[in-house]
Amino acid sequence: MSPIAAGALVIDVTGLTKSFGERRVVDNFDIKVPRGAIYGFLGPNGSGKTTTIRMLCGLLTPDAGKGTCLGFDVRKQAGLIKEQVGYMTQKFSLYEDLSIRENLDFMARMYRLDRRKARVDQALVDLGLADRARQLAGSLSGGWKQRLALAACLLHEPQLLLLDEPTAGVDPKARRDFWDEIRRLSATGVTVLVSTHYMDEAVQCDFITYIAYGRKLIDGPSGKIPELVGLETWRVEGPDLPVLEQKLKGEPGVEQVARFGTVLHVSGTDKEALRATVKRLEAEGTHRWSLQVAGLEEAFIYLMAGARDNFAAPAAKAA
Amino acid sequence: MAGLSLQRFTAVLVKEFIQMRRDRITFGMMIGLPIVQLMLFGFAINSDPRHLPTLVELNDNGPLTRAVIAGMQNSSYFDFRGPISGVAAGEEALRRGEANFVIVIPANFEREVIRGQNPQILVAADASDPSAAGGAVAALSGIVSTAIAETLTGPLAKPASGAPFGVVVHREYNPEGKTSTNIVPGLLAIILSMTMVMITAVAIVKETERGTMEMLISTPVRPLEVMLGKILPYVFVGYVQTAVFLVAAMLVFAVPFEGSLWAFFLGFNLFIVVNLALGFLISTAAKNQMQAMQLSFFTILPSILLSGFMFPFAGMPAWAQFIGTGVPATHFLKIVRKVMLKGGELADVTGELWALMIILVAISAIAMLRYRQTLD
Repeated sequence: MSPIAAGALVIDVTGLTKSFGERRVVDNFDIKVPRGAIYGFLGPNGSGKTTTIRMLCGLLTPDAGKGTCLGFDVRKQAGLIKEQVGYMTQKFSLYEDLSIRENLDFMARMYRLDRRKARVDQALVDLGLADRARQLAGSLSGGWKQRLALAACLLHEPQLLLLDEPTAGVDPKARRDFWDEIRRLSATGVTVLVSTHYMDEAVQCDFITYIAYGRKLIDGPSGKIPELVGLETWRVEGPDLPVLEQKLKGEPGVEQVARFGTVLHVSGTDKEALRATVKRLEAEGTHRWSLQVAGLEEAFIYLMAGARDNFAAPAAKAA
Repeated sequence: MAGLSLQRFTAVLVKEFIQMRRDRITFGMMIGLPIVQLMLFGFAINSDPRHLPTLVELNDNGPLTRAVIAGMQNSSYFDFRGPISGVAAGEEALRRGEANFVIVIPANFEREVIRGQNPQILVAADASDPSAAGGAVAALSGIVSTAIAETLTGPLAKPASGAPFGVVVHREYNPEGKTSTNIVPGLLAIILSMTMVMITAVAIVKETERGTMEMLISTPVRPLEVMLGKILPYVFVGYVQTAVFLVAAMLVFAVPFEGSLWAFFLGFNLFIVVNLALGFLISTAAKNQMQAMQLSFFTILPSILLSGFMFPFAGMPAWAQFIGTGVPATHFLKIVRKVMLKGGELADVTGELWALMIILVAISAIAMLRYRQTLD
């Protein structure tokens, strides 16, 4: 059993750093994850999300930093961590030339599980793949591969799930089902750390950390993220929104214009400048303006827009 | 490295067998390759090597004897490695592979030549490698005539009936001098080197390339469990190849099997494991299957060229022999030839077995050190 008590921190690391050659992929990363939480990792491609996850489950040795995962030292006790972590890789990493049952059986043996056949049978039933158990894993569709991968890393009933962009390339229905399952697991006390690009998935998380260029920019409960980002958002209604949208871009204080159905959300961090602009446009009388509480969505659009692809911006990394 | 798990090892083992069974082309290659190669090389190869180690039993020491010996040395076919005394010592040297030829100059050789008694020089050749023996033996009559012409003068120079003495050649172990008798047992070493090294290397790199290695090392599985589980199925493949090979060699080429089955069994098991470990080592360095193939070929060439398979080991320059000593196939080749052709027993091949053992330990140690349990 894991030496983690209820309410304690499942992951508690400070100063994690990892370089590949000259490139510092993860830089001085801290994180504290309470038991049973769903913790979202957000950030552009190449921001160090995968590297961080790999360091947490002992697949990579950090260059610097210390801490514990499931109460075990991340530097010295990788073997013990692996026993209780379920790691789902970004790319499907089960054997495509093995059948569904053979893959599950293989994983069950890897974790030396008792009642192997019963567990595998149960997993097949839960998956809804009992009648296709002999089909090769490689012939499954993306959504089914993802479900199989999740089932495979749940066989040993891990305390901690590390999911690296689990829903990339999966259709919306399958994604929703997947998240229902994650919620259900979290309710039973399993801690989940998940990296994602999707906003609708980010809002499902209890905590969110935003990473860019290997550094943590924002970290907190998901409800507090907009406040941490410090956005003020104005809602605009009225005619000819596309024209207005073009006009707003470049106005003082306007950092982001996002369209939501029949309204525009105009946001900025410099409240004074934004208000001056709003006041001036409101005076034209063509549109109705109202201040509204900034939501997670605006915050994410803001963060995502601010961080270009890391590989495209080596200069910013050095800064 | 505590807590090695039989269950995890079995998991890898079972998985490998399933994957092997599903990969039809590779499976076909493993069985087909021995047969195809056997036919190709068995019928095709021949050669004419020089500088072969020769021992001489001198029971006479006059100018004519010295001229014959010098002539043989000058022909570049024979390298005299020293004198020897007694028939038993000569046979022993041939059997152990220390010499390819033992030349016996009979007592009173010169006196009998002068008296016209037509004495005989005995040349015992190790014809288990007929390419080595063939050229040299063919050159002998010319060498002898030259020696006579340079040494004998007067009435002796023009004898009434033919040469004043004779050369008798005994081809030992392969009386008919068939190249296939030599090449076929050697082929086993080459076929096993090729398939075993390549298949293991590729099988492991495939895990990295397909991304399954990331999953594998995220489980608690230990390097030794992965290594053993992945290697053992191919030991089985090696058995099948050897069996196919032996049957074909005996039926098609009528290659004899004179020696101890037990010595052969030990030798080929050890050789298979050495090759698999080598494949595993390659897989720790290669980043993709293509690189694994290229690196495998890099090891296969020395196995063919420097092991004594293509050219007699003793005929190679010292530096090449030095490199060849580090090639597993060199030692296995000696074992196979000694056992199959010369009737070697376990005691005759202990040196080679030890050499293989040392190579195995060295390769495995490096492989285990290099196998990454993390993705660093």
